[in-house]
Amino acid sequence: MAVPQRLPPVVRQLASDRLGLARAAQTKRSRQLKARIVDADRVVQSICPYCAVGCGQRVYVKDERVIQIEGDPDSPVSRGRLCPKGAASEALVNSPKRESRVKYRRAGSSDWEYISLEQATDMIAERFIKSRRESWEQEDDEGHPLHRTLGIHFLGGATLDSEENYLIKKFFCAAGALSIENQARI
Amino acid sequence: MGSNMAEQHPVGFQWVLEAKERGAKFIHVDPRFTRTSAMADLHVPIRAGTDIAFLGGIVNYILEHDAWFEDYVRHYTNAPVIIKREFHDTEDQGSYADVPPDLRPAGLFSGWNPDDLAYNVDTWGYAGTSVELGAGKSEQQADVSGEQAHGAHGMELEHGEPPELDNTMRDHHCVLQLVRRHFARYTPEVVAGICGCSPDHLIAVAQALCENSGRERTSAIAYSVGWTHHTISVQNIRAASIVQLLLGNIGRPGGGLLALRGHANIQGSTDIPTLYNILPGYIPMPHPVSHPTLDHFVELNGPSTGAWGNLKSYMVSLMKAWWGEAATPENDFCFDHLPCINGDHSHYAMMMRALDGGLKGMFCVGQNPTVGSANTKLMRLALAKVDWLVIRDFQPTETATFWKDSPEHDSGEVRTEDIQTEVFFLPCAAHTEKDGCFTNTQRLLQWHEQACEPKDDCRSDLHWVYYLGKAIREKLRGSEDPADRAILELTWDYPVKGAHREPDAEAVLREINGTGPDGNLLASYEELKDDGSTTCGSWIHCGIYGDGVNKPARKRPRSEQNWIAQEWGWSWPKDVRILYNRASADPAGRPWSERKRYVWWDPDQGQWASLGDSPDFPGDKSPDFVPDSDAKALEAISGDKPFILHPDGRAWMYAPSGIVDGPLPTHYEPQESPFKNVLYRQQKNPTRQLFSRPENPYNPSGSDPGADVFPFVLSTYRLTEHHTAGGMSRSVPYLAELAPEMFCEVSPALAQERGLTHGDWATIVTARAAIEARVLVTQRIKPLTVHGRTTHLVGVPFHWGGVGIVTGDSGNELLSVALDNNAHIAEYKVATCDIRPGRRPRGRGRLELVEEYRRRAGIAS
Ligand code: SF4
Repeated sequence: MAVPQRLPPVVRQLASDRLGLARAAQTKRSRQLKARIVDADRVVQSICPYCAVGCGQRVYVKDERVIQIEGDPDSPVSRGRLCPKGAASEALVNSPKRESRVKYRRAGSSDWEYISLEQATDMIAERFIKSRRESWEQEDDEGHPLHRTLGIHFLGGATLDSEENYLIKKFFCAAGALSIENQARI
Repeated sequence: MGSNMAEQHPVGFQWVLEAKERGAKFIHVDPRFTRTSAMADLHVPIRAGTDIAFLGGIVNYILEHDAWFEDYVRHYTNAPVIIKREFHDTEDQGSYADVPPDLRPAGLFSGWNPDDLAYNVDTWGYAGTSVELGAGKSEQQADVSGEQAHGAHGMELEHGEPPELDNTMRDHHCVLQLVRRHFARYTPEVVAGICGCSPDHLIAVAQALCENSGRERTSAIAYSVGWTHHTISVQNIRAASIVQLLLGNIGRPGGGLLALRGHANIQGSTDIPTLYNILPGYIPMPHPVSHPTLDHFVELNGPSTGAWGNLKSYMVSLMKAWWGEAATPENDFCFDHLPCINGDHSHYAMMMRALDGGLKGMFCVGQNPTVGSANTKLMRLALAKVDWLVIRDFQPTETATFWKDSPEHDSGEVRTEDIQTEVFFLPCAAHTEKDGCFTNTQRLLQWHEQACEPKDDCRSDLHWVYYLGKAIREKLRGSEDPADRAILELTWDYPVKGAHREPDAEAVLREINGTGPDGNLLASYEELKDDGSTTCGSWIHCGIYGDGVNKPARKRPRSEQNWIAQEWGWSWPKDVRILYNRASADPAGRPWSERKRYVWWDPDQGQWASLGDSPDFPGDKSPDFVPDSDAKALEAISGDKPFILHPDGRAWMYAPSGIVDGPLPTHYEPQESPFKNVLYRQQKNPTRQLFSRPENPYNPSGSDPGADVFPFVLSTYRLTEHHTAGGMSRSVPYLAELAPEMFCEVSPALAQERGLTHGDWATIVTARAAIEARVLVTQRIKPLTVHGRTTHLVGVPFHWGGVGIVTGDSGNELLSVALDNNAHIAEYKVATCDIRPGRRPRGRGRLELVEEYRRRAGIAS
């Protein structure tokens, strides 16, 4: 039964909201509040980027920006729940600390400088080739094949996607840069 | 055990609580009382690093009380197999002649070679197998381990049968009797003395497990890095697997030995490895001496029976995926393009190499070793010797800024201008800004869909490695250098999409899945061929894109399917949700009990049927199938042997090959321990890997002089609110606020002994470093009585570092690099330390404090 809002709160509560947790406790302002996600342009299904439980997430996007991340009730793994980390992942994506530009520190310098992504890719490719050449081992002392460099070390992967790990393994193996490692060892 | 599931896998823990609500008993065995213990029916605190003693005590109890599941053990495990009669167990005297007489046995298996600090494994094999074959095929070397350790995938057996069996399991040399004798001294009283628990606790846990296992019931054991972060890491897990096999708890619903893994895709980055020693799907990397050709490689790494019998098909299909047209039968499918490993090239070995000036470049992609690795000072000193360093992360981490703000800057040990390392910081894309798969802790691959484009220079790692590869290929174009052929002949052309010309992750997933001769997407690894007509980037993932469907992206709501939920995501191999699930039926193919029905043989259909899982067994192989004498691969596995990855189809209680530190788990004390090993003269794991150098000093241990300078046990761990080295949590405002400050946990007794006040500061010291932390005095940490002496634990979370919204000293500063030699994993979970009230000294004083401790402990500087 709808009780007219103009009645005093105590009457409203007694009439239709005994615990005083619903309409009786509302003000005009709180009545008009809407969930953040109501205005979302779209929602996509995702997976929490933190631990290996793999909780389902729903990512709400507005104006091409993530506005909220919630648990996915459809997931048989998590049934809609997220822990503090998963629940904070919107703040990971939109963290005030997040850096969106490439930075470069010269040898011996005391500061960062900004360079373009293209320039960084080019410089890293140059260094990769040079280091690889300088530390290349074609064979061991007894003539057994090695085809490798131990002059380059790669660390990372546990937070990356499987497709990313695959391409990294593929390229680094082909380059003989075999020392790729990740958190699984750590 | 070895896991704080409620705090580290909080949402997964809901299933434990749900089981508890439905009547399951929940036991937590762990050094600390945590939120996991708070929910348990029973919490048993044990001293960090003594899990094998505890588990050995359970094995002993099961055998002493005849509580094992006889039918399961006889048919599905190697308990009836006769081991070579020359094999000597750790319990046998006399295998270590140099040690003075002592009542304790030496504690070494036969074959110990003190010069190499490694075992000759000739005597460890199944009786009746030749030395070479019995020991596995590739020779064990002190510097080669993991997947390359003497036949990690098993030995050569004719038609999949061990040569000598005693189905009564009474023979003195059969596995069951070996296991029985090996653990005979792990009695409740002895175990309690080592672990610091009461004998009744051990008995209560063992009893509960036995009562809840058998035909009608199953028990699960979950573990985490509390087991793996030790110099005996692999053997911790082996010990639990012996318990679970004796009780018949593997391959059955509600059973299992469950690894709770820490990161969104840490399982996936092991399956499709960013690891040096394996190729996708746990195929070993080639060795220069043992594997000069593809055929040698296959012969020495794949036993011809069991699923590894098709190694050549997996390998050829992988090389076809990588080198395409260039891979032909004439050139061994480009086998020569693969780099070879002949030693430990893992993370720590490489950082030592860097210290010695042998490393030129390094990439850290979503990883922060100057907080996350053991002995972080050593990490920074090593990085300063590298020519160039590339960091990909959300924001510059401590590793990215090591050249300008580190504890060594503060103490005056280094100066920014002297550090010649060039550093590139490349911002990454978040999970919401790219498509791809994470593999959860149950091998379940789940697709996450891109929600929006990353901004500015932020890019996915797929984008990064693809365009880096393209740039390198472009620069090498036309090179005649044979070393460059493997790069130039690589298949490296993926469709791109979106504003940033992002490579299509689905195209990569299709390559991982593999194709047949006419380009069709394959449905199962059983379809792979060794003639070059199929491609497959990871054999265990074959079928992930079967029928042209991106299976990890399947998201049928849980309300529309049963509890197995097979239409949500995809798990390897072949979408099997419970591995080795043929073991959920008896040898004749009938469910062990109605209550535990899961996979069973349907004689009318001539098929394995299930509640909704894929059978982890050839679908039409009947339970009474007997292989021909010359059968190979899966054909050689009988219809009643569920463990198809092993050449004999049996689960191994006793590991005749593949493990470098012994076929059975044995209690050794940690590298740093206040106690001596009461069971054996051998104090520590004899094969543990040490790096004895000034940057990595070890605290004296056991009865060594100076051990009392570091009298307390130190253990490091994580909190719910933070994520490993903090790069994804100390920069997130909510999480930073929830857990703002570095602290340590101590018992009221230790606080009193050392004058520590709750909320004030303490300084924790080891031979490596001194750090400060707020003191949390808590009853949750219990002093334990070990061998009649009280021992205290200092608990330290490791998440903090010098950058982020919240900062603090890092726990891993305190640790040394001491590794398990099977996995090259460090002993993060236990060391020794001292603790004193007050903040640590600033500037040079910090170094002087550590040096003073070293002097007192007799450690040369
Ligand atoms: S929400 Fe928490 S429990 Fe779930 S995957 Fe994320 S970090 Fe793990």
